[in-house]
Amino acid sequence: MSGPDLRGAAAIAGVAESDLGEVGPGRYALDLAAQAAGAALADAGLSTRDVDGLFCAIAGRGMAPLDVAEYLGVRPRYTDGTMVGGSSFVSHLHHAALAIAAGACHTALIVYGSTARSDSVHAGNGRGRLPAAPPETPSYEAAYRPRMPVTGYALAAARHMHQYGTTRAQLAEVAVAARQWARLNPRAFVRDPLTVEDVLASRIVSSPLSVLDCCLVTDGGGALVVTAADRAGHLRRPPVYLLGAGEAHWHRAISQMPDLTVTAATESSRRAYEMAKVGPQDVDVVQLYDAFTINTVLFLEDLGFCAKGEGGAFVSGGRIAPGGSLPVNTNGGGLSYCHPGMYGIFTLIEAARQIRGEAGERQQPDVTIALAHGNGGQLSSQATAILGSEQAL
Amino acid sequence: MSGPGKVADLRRAGLAPHLEYTERLAEGAVPFQSCEECRAAVFPPRVLCPACGAMELTWERSAGLGTVYSTSVLFPRGRDPYPVVLVDLDEGFRMMSTVTGTPAEEVAIGARVRAHVDPAGPDGPHVAFTLETGERDERP
Ligand SMILES: [Zn+2]
Repeated sequence: MSGPDLRGAAAIAGVAESDLGEVGPGRYALDLAAQAAGAALADAGLSTRDVDGLFCAIAGRGMAPLDVAEYLGVRPRYTDGTMVGGSSFVSHLHHAALAIAAGACHTALIVYGSTARSDSVHAGNGRGRLPAAPPETPSYEAAYRPRMPVTGYALAAARHMHQYGTTRAQLAEVAVAARQWARLNPRAFVRDPLTVEDVLASRIVSSPLSVLDCCLVTDGGGALVVTAADRAGHLRRPPVYLLGAGEAHWHRAISQMPDLTVTAATESSRRAYEMAKVGPQDVDVVQLYDAFTINTVLFLEDLGFCAKGEGGAFVSGGRIAPGGSLPVNTNGGGLSYCHPGMYGIFTLIEAARQIRGEAGERQQPDVTIALAHGNGGQLSSQATAILGSEQAL
Repeated sequence: MSGPGKVADLRRAGLAPHLEYTERLAEGAVPFQSCEECRAAVFPPRVLCPACGAMELTWERSAGLGTVYSTSVLFPRGRDPYPVVLVDLDEGFRMMSTVTGTPAEEVAIGARVRAHVDPAGPDGPHVAFTLETGERDERP
């Protein structure tokens, strides 16, 4: 059963990041969220007074929409605080399009902020202060001291290697490609040269994944302004249309994931492609949530860019790097550009910029269709959005 | 139902599955549930079958034999490496655990393992495994 047809109903009219990297002391997640929100609205030629739909998620803040709305001084008539980890913002884009199509709101603001890096740097300051957290749901994993999230992804990588002969060198190709893209992005956090040998020689954290198979921990926020397609055409920037969206999740804990080599992205992408009436062969650039190198391999398979088990070979030989046949994570991804904990919003921002043709040195020629894919939890929540220029409509 | 003193009632009614699990574990069993309706093996403990939605679940005691589905070795600074594994128990459920008595990096996917209950640990009793020598599962 397919959902409501939203093809071309809504468009992204503005995008922005906040300051990224390590933003300095005395700044909070809400500050970065608001900085990104203000800039995204300015990008669209709109203001907070235009916002009547609010979509946001901030790690550790169960009532994030209330925090953000109060801070921004917006009084939304439609609010969505869906929190499914890093894929939340791709889900928000889907939900915003549904709300706009139903007339529940007109101008949606999707927003995120995090000071994950600064928080860890200053962790000593808060010692001894107990957070007022509700009792945890019992864990059937904690006793075995997995280092989460990396161990969850490591278990998937080990299984993929066992079943399909994927190698650590192939995983390293993902990190190297991301770094090569980051070298073209002045806002990327890490821009030093990186080789497959560097990745293979780096310290193993949770086998088979090494430090350089893991994403960064940075600060950062991002925002998108989404509005009805007809209105977006009259705003400051070329509209980036939502052509299709799909979501799926099958588990929360990694020990409950039915097959560690197949993610729910198979289902979320099928829904998105059906709505968009396109297939993987029509996609010009791919922005996906690369929390770990194995993610890129799994998602390229599950999003239909290669057959199951062939992801390791697919990412090799520079195919997804600058100059390769499939540009993946052109901003440098969570591995080299920015990763404040819930990266999904940046897949949408970069996809929109590529379609608008404003990605500077890393801009790909003639981008009409871009795929953005978010991941949340332990390969748990999957959300796919397919975006297009006016030509793609 | 309200107030303390009702724990036994809740357990008997199958409404405090985590408590029931830890009590059975403390007695040395590797507990799991089985659905009376569809016969699915259910773990972690629940009040409802995730395969069919039925609410009648029976407690069972696993024979403790299983196969390593995946493994990852962690290398904490200044401490011994240890494996975190996912084990598929022969009764049809999967759990996270660890394998003891073998160098961490020698635990392979497909290895047959046998469960025991380790009474120690900061979180109380938990299930751990040892390699079952001379037996290997050859499934892909
Ligand atoms: Zn059942």
